Amino acid sequence: MKLKTDAKNVSYLVIIILILAFLVAVPFISKPYTVILLKNILMFVALTLSWALFSGPTGYISLATAAFYGAGIYTAAYLGDVLPLPVMVLCGGVASFLLALIIGAITLRLRGIYFAIFTLSSVELIKHVLHWIEITVLGKRGRPVVKVSDSTVFYVILIIVVLLLVTTYFLKRSRYGMAMSSIGSCEEAAAHIGVNVVRVKVFTFALSSFFIGLTGAIMATGLIYIDSQIAFDLNYSFFPTLMATFGGLGNIFGPVIGAVLFSYLREILITKFPYVYMLIFGLVMILTILYLPNGIIGLAQTIKVKFLGGKDATATGRKVN
Amino acid sequence: MISFINIFVNGLLLGGIYAITAVGLSMQYGVARILNIAHGEFIMVGAFLTWMLHTSLGINPLFCLALVGPILFLLGYLVRHYLFKTLRERTPSPAAFEGNSMLMAFGLLFVIQSLAIFIWGKSIVGYSFMPYSVYLGEIRFAANRLVIMVAAVAICFLFYLFLTRTRTGKAIRAASQDSDAAALMGVDINRMLTLCFALGALMAGFAGVLVSMDVKLNATMGMEYTIIAIIVIVLGGLGSIPGSLVGGFLLGIFGSIVSGIEPGLTLAAYYLLFMVLLLVKPSGIFGR
Amino acid sequence: MQLLQVEKLTKNFGGLTAVSGVDFHVNRGEIMGLIGPNGAGKTTLFNLISGTYVPNAGKIVFNGESIGGLKPNYICRKGLVRTFQTVKIFPEMTVFQNVLMGALFGSEGKTWPEANAETGEILDFTGLTPLSDTPAGSLTLVNQKRVEVARALAAKPRLLLLDEMMAGLNPAEVAESMELVTRIRDRGITIIMIEHVMKAIMNICKRIIVLHHGKKITEGTPAEISTNKTVIEIYLGEEEQAHAGS
Repeated sequence: MKLKTDAKNVSYLVIIILILAFLVAVPFISKPYTVILLKNILMFVALTLSWALFSGPTGYISLATAAFYGAGIYTAAYLGDVLPLPVMVLCGGVASFLLALIIGAITLRLRGIYFAIFTLSSVELIKHVLHWIEITVLGKRGRPVVKVSDSTVFYVILIIVVLLLVTTYFLKRSRYGMAMSSIGSCEEAAAHIGVNVVRVKVFTFALSSFFIGLTGAIMATGLIYIDSQIAFDLNYSFFPTLMATFGGLGNIFGPVIGAVLFSYLREILITKFPYVYMLIFGLVMILTILYLPNGIIGLAQTIKVKFLGGKDATATGRKVN
Repeated sequence: MISFINIFVNGLLLGGIYAITAVGLSMQYGVARILNIAHGEFIMVGAFLTWMLHTSLGINPLFCLALVGPILFLLGYLVRHYLFKTLRERTPSPAAFEGNSMLMAFGLLFVIQSLAIFIWGKSIVGYSFMPYSVYLGEIRFAANRLVIMVAAVAICFLFYLFLTRTRTGKAIRAASQDSDAAALMGVDINRMLTLCFALGALMAGFAGVLVSMDVKLNATMGMEYTIIAIIVIVLGGLGSIPGSLVGGFLLGIFGSIVSGIEPGLTLAAYYLLFMVLLLVKPSGIFGR
Repeated sequence: MQLLQVEKLTKNFGGLTAVSGVDFHVNRGEIMGLIGPNGAGKTTLFNLISGTYVPNAGKIVFNGESIGGLKPNYICRKGLVRTFQTVKIFPEMTVFQNVLMGALFGSEGKTWPEANAETGEILDFTGLTPLSDTPAGSLTLVNQKRVEVARALAAKPRLLLLDEMMAGLNPAEVAESMELVTRIRDRGITIIMIEHVMKAIMNICKRIIVLHHGKKITEGTPAEISTNKTVIEIYLGEEEQAHAGS
């Protein structure tokens, strides 16, 4: 049994490395358009994985992704022409990390949908305050952002995605990962068995936001100009949540699959038929919630169990505390 | 002094709209446990239907209440019957249902919004309705806002009478207070929840009609109204119509004061107020 | 000699006083019973001691340290662990993982191999080894309660609070649970148990305290309690009410 699992893990690892090797080669072998396409897809993969890092195991639905993404974008707008690119991107991550510590610390007591709507409001609050400051205090709206080549952006995001995969993988298998799942499973019992639920929740929230901030900072360099409306777009809160739900939170591949499928669809449709995309997105969401409680991954596992008689039905449902 | 009274009056006029915006959602979340994030989308649809009826057929917007309301009621009925009811049957726990129904409402939001854009386009539209002021002594009222407020309060009042005086209304309230006991008393809970959700949509329709008399419309306007509705519910208490009225007027006056001081910060102040309220009354915020 | 001292402990919810000026102590190595009619404040008392609630007034001293108002996770790590009246396990996790949670987080500085070994030992002790790989949520009530106790034991408690461990069990299961509680005590763990199953409490507790309307009415040996006039009145009154209500 142990050998079999190892063999399975090795084959997964080989597949992942092959995909990564292909992605690394993409800028050399394909058209510029492909690089842009893959860059945008990877961006959603990064956001969705980050979201799932916190919300997957703990069951808290965070809708603050856009706030952390926007914090990254603004960091790039202010520091992009002062600092070298890697440092600037790192600053974006740190800014979001700090913002998440604050939001996390004040939302500790909120559960379930209260947490969701609070985080949603935090995006709007930041957006409106920033807008006001720009108009009345600074006297000008928005800022230009330093431009970086598409292939550089592509590689940075690829690195972020790899970091996320590695972090998620090791976190899941660690003591810390057990603590996170126990919070999602029964928070009160977790606290009474010695888990520091406050620290685990806030730190994981901040860690996931760190990656969102990194992504925002590097993606900003492709935007040329940003303002509060562009940077704090609520869609960046909705999309990762829905993509991860669609893919399934049972394992690490769920969010990746959800993000790849939807962002590819988005790339095809967004320029010519943006509202067809929204319509499909909405419909698929409704159907997923209704008929695929564990997402695509859950469906795949069910099929596997049905036809192969395997014993891999460990997917857990979406939970809300 | 006059300017102070004007701010107050403006707040009251605004409050009427806020109240009727919130009443529907208050019912949907208070009774059916569905935090319908697409509530604002229902309002948007109501507003666009009114605009269409008024500009193409020349129907008086006030009369549109009688036409648009039933359409939205039907829409709400179908949504609850085919979507949320199924979800409820397939979800193991009430807590999971709340989270999942919110996510499903997000899906609904995208669907309704994109369909609205297919039908009505992305541009901003509107019509003018009673574009003049009336004076009561020194105090100035925008005529359309006055009509809106009176209509909003009247609708809330009638809805309140329906809930407290009729058999069906009492059954709905019983379903919200103690579903088990209500089921024992022979109330068909599922039918009541569907009816209640549909009534919430009806109220959204009415709110849409009234909103269209005052502001310009576009297909992405819904979210703002959803947020306002949630804030009012938090202020006034869940599932209570007098509560929504009080909450609506409170928020209206609050908004009017803030925009008197610094107009650019009105929305920010709403969000701040809302977040503070959530934190101060953490668990029982919606009166549970 | 005394492991826990509680002095003038009080908790209000709005206008309602759930626990009012309660004093008691627990000696090392004893099993103490906590009884009282429904709504007497027993579970609230547990919630105060285990850190779920912050007391409005009074003192809780555990092992020479004041713990009133500390967070549950700190209290657990000091060696005071509880179970819940309504079972609170991690349903998606296996029985092994549930107990492992206690071993990993209940006390500081434990390595995975140590925690694994300890979990194995506790599963043997509680007779759960055959169910080790079963998801805890799919177990019967008696086994879920057992998992909860096992998880608490894995956290290495000095004092274990058991909240209605035997409610809803059949007579055979009650007998097994009673035997388990005694064996836990024999490991050197002090126990306070809330229980409605009188047979259990009268048989295994050395001392019993009685709560009513949030106040401590009396305390004594099972023999003293079962002949105490006030206690009998309280319970008779409750029965009469129950009859009148039905």
